[in-house]
Amino acid sequence: MTVRIGWSATAPDFQDAAKVSLENAQLRRNVKYATDVIRAKRAKVVNEVPDWEQLCQAGSAIKAHTLRHLDCYLLQFEENLTRAGGHVHWARDADEANQIIRGLIEQYGGKEIIKVKTMTSDEVQLNRDLEAHQITPYETDLADLILQLSQDKPSHIVVPALHKNRFEVRELFKEKMKLPDLGDQPTDLTDAARRYLRQKFLSVKIGFSGANFAVAETGSLVVVESEGNGRMCLTLPDVLISLVGIEKIVPTFQDLEVFLQLLPRSATGERMNPYTSMWTGVAPGDGPQAVHVVLLDNGRTEVHADPIGRQTLHCIRCAACLNACPVYRQTGGHAYGSVYQGPIGAIVTPQLQSMEHSQSLPYASSLCGACYEVCPVKINIPEVLIHLRGKVVREKRKHLGGKLDPENLGMQAMSYIFADAKRLEAAQRMARFGQWPFVHKDMISKLPGMLGGWTQARDLRPIPRQSFRQWWRKRERKPNA
Amino acid sequence: MNISLFITCYNDTLFPETGMAVVHVLERLGHTVDFPRAQTCCGQMHYNSGYQNEALPLMRKFVETFRDAEAVCIPSGSCVAMMREQYPKMAATTGERKLVQDVEKLLPRIYEFTELLVNKLGIDDVGAFYPHRVTYHASCHSLRGLHIGDIPLRLLRNVRGMELVELPEWDQCCGFGGTFAIKNAQTSAAMLADKMKNILSTGAEVCTAGDNSCLMHIFGGMHRQQANVKTVHIAEILASTEDTSTEKVSARDASSERALMQKGGGA
Repeated sequence: MTVRIGWSATAPDFQDAAKVSLENAQLRRNVKYATDVIRAKRAKVVNEVPDWEQLCQAGSAIKAHTLRHLDCYLLQFEENLTRAGGHVHWARDADEANQIIRGLIEQYGGKEIIKVKTMTSDEVQLNRDLEAHQITPYETDLADLILQLSQDKPSHIVVPALHKNRFEVRELFKEKMKLPDLGDQPTDLTDAARRYLRQKFLSVKIGFSGANFAVAETGSLVVVESEGNGRMCLTLPDVLISLVGIEKIVPTFQDLEVFLQLLPRSATGERMNPYTSMWTGVAPGDGPQAVHVVLLDNGRTEVHADPIGRQTLHCIRCAACLNACPVYRQTGGHAYGSVYQGPIGAIVTPQLQSMEHSQSLPYASSLCGACYEVCPVKINIPEVLIHLRGKVVREKRKHLGGKLDPENLGMQAMSYIFADAKRLEAAQRMARFGQWPFVHKDMISKLPGMLGGWTQARDLRPIPRQSFRQWWRKRERKPNA
Repeated sequence: MNISLFITCYNDTLFPETGMAVVHVLERLGHTVDFPRAQTCCGQMHYNSGYQNEALPLMRKFVETFRDAEAVCIPSGSCVAMMREQYPKMAATTGERKLVQDVEKLLPRIYEFTELLVNKLGIDDVGAFYPHRVTYHASCHSLRGLHIGDIPLRLLRNVRGMELVELPEWDQCCGFGGTFAIKNAQTSAAMLADKMKNILSTGAEVCTAGDNSCLMHIFGGMHRQQANVKTVHIAEILASTEDTSTEKVSARDASSERALMQKGGGA
């Protein structure tokens, strides 16, 4: 089985990629500005909901329940969608998903498709696969269109081109759409995109989407969006293909009342998003007359099997954790080397890939907890990060090189020292003595090896002559001194 | 009340003056402080870095050492958060019912220093005097781990002579994050730069917090830039009185307290 999460198999480690992003002042400015705006909007509309906490608890409980009975709900979904005239396909991994989708497009004689913004298609790298087989995918979401035209990668789950500002977008559209006089106002840019896309909406016969929710009880799919491009892709073509992660199931239609309150407020800071489309199989004479749903596993069953990691599958892809994350807000999304960025990306990517290529991601966090605080479905991201760090360490120590890694040796030494207060005291004395080559004018400004990371940007006060426990001992000897 | 002090490994080694201040405050309030000698470390560094197996014996040691304490005072929000969040889970993984029960019984008697004062001892004015412009940095683990709310601020507002100024973006991480500061040094430094910008914008002479780990990080950045801001643990502010404040003023200036300790030191 080949689980693939975008380009993460070839992406550099977070530490290295972050360095590149941190050098890019324009990118950092764009990311800071955009996340500040969304955070403020979110805070406003979340604070006005008196039962927000209860809503989040309900969202988390529904997800936990669904995951516990996922096998039943998936089959129920298949049964109900089939009854409504739709077709269900099962894809174990990225390659299988791409094969199924390509097969369907060929079956309907298509050479091009129009796409709604779909995280799962980025995950399996559908566009790359289609292009290799002479099928042209047209992204119709404004941000995805920007990325497609500039051959760039998404840097945010909800706002994938967040790292670009409108002046950069204008330059791109001027060139790619051949519009030399294009203005830089948001309306100029959306107008240009609208004209560019309109022809595709009216002529392409196959639509493609993901889904925010799949309702088991009815066999319905739900897409939540802002621009209306989704509505057109979902209604105008003859054929509609949707690629849906198996964790997107909710048991009943009524469950949507919880998530349709949680998602827009958390994602874009809106009380309600402009377009919510729902469809249940085929409606004769109305909309697409062939409806296919590809249910995607691609590593999710493995995540599901892990009692601590499982909560990761609660995620509704609102990206509130990205906007809240002080690490993401510095580096932007590209440093995470994945279609899933930020704190949730740091736990999704390594788990789906069983850690293979993304062992640096669980460490891309200061464990400040801002992500957990804003998560509308209560994913304890710091808990999962720590859990994954444990897996990384255990994996590394299987090999001699990992055992001899300075970090491992240091940690082992510390655990030996902390096992006994006398050892700790001896170590304190040794460190006090051993630090002298690095102390200049009562300050440490340069340390060797791993610890050099600290002194790149920070000084360090030397260890004082007397530890607390020494002071205490002296005080006990002379209580009135 | 008999209060057992868990100083924490890094305060013991790097910030003894914080422990001294805690002792002064609690004794001034009429309590007895005890320092169990066998104590070492809560295991946070190991646990959070992925060395969970190595953290377990440290938890056992802590539980063993403080089992009979009436109340445990810890001048570090992050160590307390570690215990409250992780100890029950760690104990559960061992499958030892006795250990699970011991942890369950001990945790309600564990207090972060300011929590102890306000929640347990019912005091939000400790009679401190500290004539400086001060800003308070809420450490992530106090804020989101302990949900400490305005407890430290209530204590600080009652310090006489002090001007307390609000820190912009006070709920943002300073970028320390334990081994994060070393493994992701550049990103950590970028976060620190924002924190320092906010601190400097307040015009405060002193930045305080309930965690010396954050303060060590902030101090490190400030000192590298030769910025004129001192970092002082909240216990040291609360320990300061009209008699001692002049001495404290210069404490972080010329490390006078440290100098004093070093003169009297030697092990």
